Amino acid sequence: MSTLRRVARSVLLTLGLPVAILTVWWVASAGSTSFYSPPLAEIVGTSRETWFSAPLAESRLAVDVVPSVLRLLAGYAVALVVGVALGVAVGSSRALRAFLEPVLEFFRAIPPPVLVPVLMLFFGIGDTMKIVVIAIGCVWPVLLNTVEGVRGLDPVLRDTARAYRLGRVATLRHLVLRGASPQIVTGARQALSIGIILMVISEMFAAKDGLGFSIVQFQRSFAIPEMWSGVLLLGVVGVLLSLVFRAVTDAVLRWYLGYRQSQHGGA
Amino acid sequence: MTSPADVAPDHDVVDHPGGASLEVRHLRKVYAGRGEPVEAVADLTFEVRPGELVCVVGPSGAGKTTLLRCLAGLLPATSGELALGGSPITGPPPGMAVVLQEYGRSLFPWMSVAQNVELPLKEKGVAKARRAELVAETLAAVGLADVARSYPWQLSGGMQQRVAIARAVAYEPQVLLMDEPFAAVDAQTRFELEDLVRTLWKRLGITVVFVTHDIDEAIYLGERVLVLSARPTVVLEDVEVGLGADRDQLETRGDAEFARLRTHVYELVQQAKQGVRSLADAHLTHPADAPPPPGA
Amino acid sequence: MTRTHRPAGRRTPARALGLAGVAALLVVLELAPRLGLVDDRFLPPTSRIAVALAQRLGTPDFWVALGQTLTTWGTGLAISLVAGVVLGVVIGSVPVLRAVTASTIEFLRPVPSVALIPVAVLLYSTGMAGTLILVVYASFWQVLVQVLAGVRDVDPVAADTARSYRFSALTRIRTVVWPTTLPYAMTGLRLAASVALILTVTGELLIGTPGIGKALGIAQSSGAVDSMYAYVVVAGLLGVVVNVLARALEHRVLFWHPSVRGEVAA
Repeated sequence: MSTLRRVARSVLLTLGLPVAILTVWWVASAGSTSFYSPPLAEIVGTSRETWFSAPLAESRLAVDVVPSVLRLLAGYAVALVVGVALGVAVGSSRALRAFLEPVLEFFRAIPPPVLVPVLMLFFGIGDTMKIVVIAIGCVWPVLLNTVEGVRGLDPVLRDTARAYRLGRVATLRHLVLRGASPQIVTGARQALSIGIILMVISEMFAAKDGLGFSIVQFQRSFAIPEMWSGVLLLGVVGVLLSLVFRAVTDAVLRWYLGYRQSQHGGA
Repeated sequence: MTSPADVAPDHDVVDHPGGASLEVRHLRKVYAGRGEPVEAVADLTFEVRPGELVCVVGPSGAGKTTLLRCLAGLLPATSGELALGGSPITGPPPGMAVVLQEYGRSLFPWMSVAQNVELPLKEKGVAKARRAELVAETLAAVGLADVARSYPWQLSGGMQQRVAIARAVAYEPQVLLMDEPFAAVDAQTRFELEDLVRTLWKRLGITVVFVTHDIDEAIYLGERVLVLSARPTVVLEDVEVGLGADRDQLETRGDAEFARLRTHVYELVQQAKQGVRSLADAHLTHPADAPPPPGA
Repeated sequence: MTRTHRPAGRRTPARALGLAGVAALLVVLELAPRLGLVDDRFLPPTSRIAVALAQRLGTPDFWVALGQTLTTWGTGLAISLVAGVVLGVVIGSVPVLRAVTASTIEFLRPVPSVALIPVAVLLYSTGMAGTLILVVYASFWQVLVQVLAGVRDVDPVAADTARSYRFSALTRIRTVVWPTTLPYAMTGLRLAASVALILTVTGELLIGTPGIGKALGIAQSSGAVDSMYAYVVVAGLLGVVVNVLARALEHRVLFWHPSVRGEVAA
């Protein structure tokens, strides 16, 4: 009985406000004659035929959304691998860190979107350009946070690993990467939101397909309900990616939450 | 899983290769950098026989930890020779395990207790079945069989130090180095852990070097106690402890010989604090009747 | 005793190494196109970029554009900061509000702000307001999430004490909630400052709101590669200045605080 009530309460709390907001939007926009803000009912109605038209393999979902997300994942994966590898190298050597620090600070500070026009020179407007843009934009937060994580490793743990003669590979795998994982995850989270931004704007700038490309096409051809449906879909993609990210990192960092709590509670 | 009670005292935890000797000749360690170099250890010479349990005491800042880190191969000596079983120590040698004072920080927080114990064995190339056996046996021996799957930070300080000890023992070392391992645990846990060290030492026949600032602990545990001077460190006296093999927290500590040794070592450490650097210079109100140091 | 102290004397070499790193980068970027390792139509040598940059710096247009970028950035950041702090303190202090809004915040935060670009274009064409929408949407969450975490961190004993002495709500916020929240708010400000700059330049580049980003876009589309790189350098240096200032401000405001906080892993 009380469990039931608690579940009901949490469902109400979770869904209450979102449902209320959507309802208000739905009702308030129902009679809208404004060209720019069509009724929500119309937007939702449009999205089905716009994105999920049959056959599914030829729908915009398959032709535009999936390639966008694949490019994002490809660039993001490259950034993670390169960022963590370089970060471990830089974080392990004080001299290298001192040598590279100002240079890295500069590259990190360049707003990633300006990479798009620069890399268009090198790679044209194809997939390669977009993947490289995403990879280069995402690599800095991963790299710099990994450096911090590696630098912050407990010297006692390093001594322990040495005293037990752990080899390079085992030290990297069991000590360095695991020990730096909280910071790596922080960097990866920042990188993901930068990656989504770059996915969209690399397509808005110049492209033949993609979610960002479609939205801009709709906007330029004044297909307003379709444009709104694209904006909402992009929002959903962002939310889904962050949910997946959260699920993965929660598993990776399960030890860390408990560890931090025990540090807080204890001495 | 076995509880600690299931482990019979005469049951061998591991098929042990036994202890190895440890030699230190004219060890000197100078820390460079920070403007003026600091001489932490001036000239240390001593030997630990195979299978012996030697405690090292001295005033705080006496370079005890420096000595231990040099022995462990974690810190290069400025000059002098260190050897384990006859072969010189240049880096962390095989056959040596270390238990550090900062137990909480020496365990990998992202690994379970069992994984912490197992990791060095994996790296040593011990077969999987044998690893599982060693982990289970050593955790049982330190009374932690039921928390094998917990994370270290879920345990109390004393239990964490037991995990570190189990990890060291499972490694099947010939020499076990312990750096003030019980400095941060409460007094009762400390007595239990001291007895645990004695028990494991007797059972395994390994060589143990135990660094501590606690004089009572040094005498209670050791077969010999090395008393160090203040920095730059030399050996003030090598005290033989004639308390027999079987020790008991109540009886041994109440023993007249224990009291005599305690007074003697206490006075030595006091003198060391005042800068005395050789036994000849020490003014002792309770002159020692101790047998001459071995090899003298 | 055995811990490795960082000797004061080594600082200078670290700085010298850093300068050497910058010098090495400049040399590589100068030589790579000159030796034909990369096409100099794509990456001109450093010296040519430097010349283009110097020319830009001599024109009033450049300074106007820089001013416009800073105005958009500053306005957007200020709006997010005020809105984030006020809403964060209010929502955070009222348990019911916190519970009701939690899911909505979690859903809206990862919505990429660039999704709003077409909407902004329709509503405001190339005006500053369109870019402001992006900037505010992106940086507001940074502040809000940090402030919420800060309010949550308020010591319950202090909060109870304040309540038992019948402090008014405002006094409670001023004396108990705010001091705890301030460090978090500063972290939020630091994060928001760099996000706001990214979105300012993005808006200028894509929407065409006047500023450095728009100038960069014009240089690119007219094939003035040297100038384009000059603007990239300007954008980067702007980013460095923003980061350094934000960090300095954080340290200055929090000099009394025991911990210099990392960001909340939310």
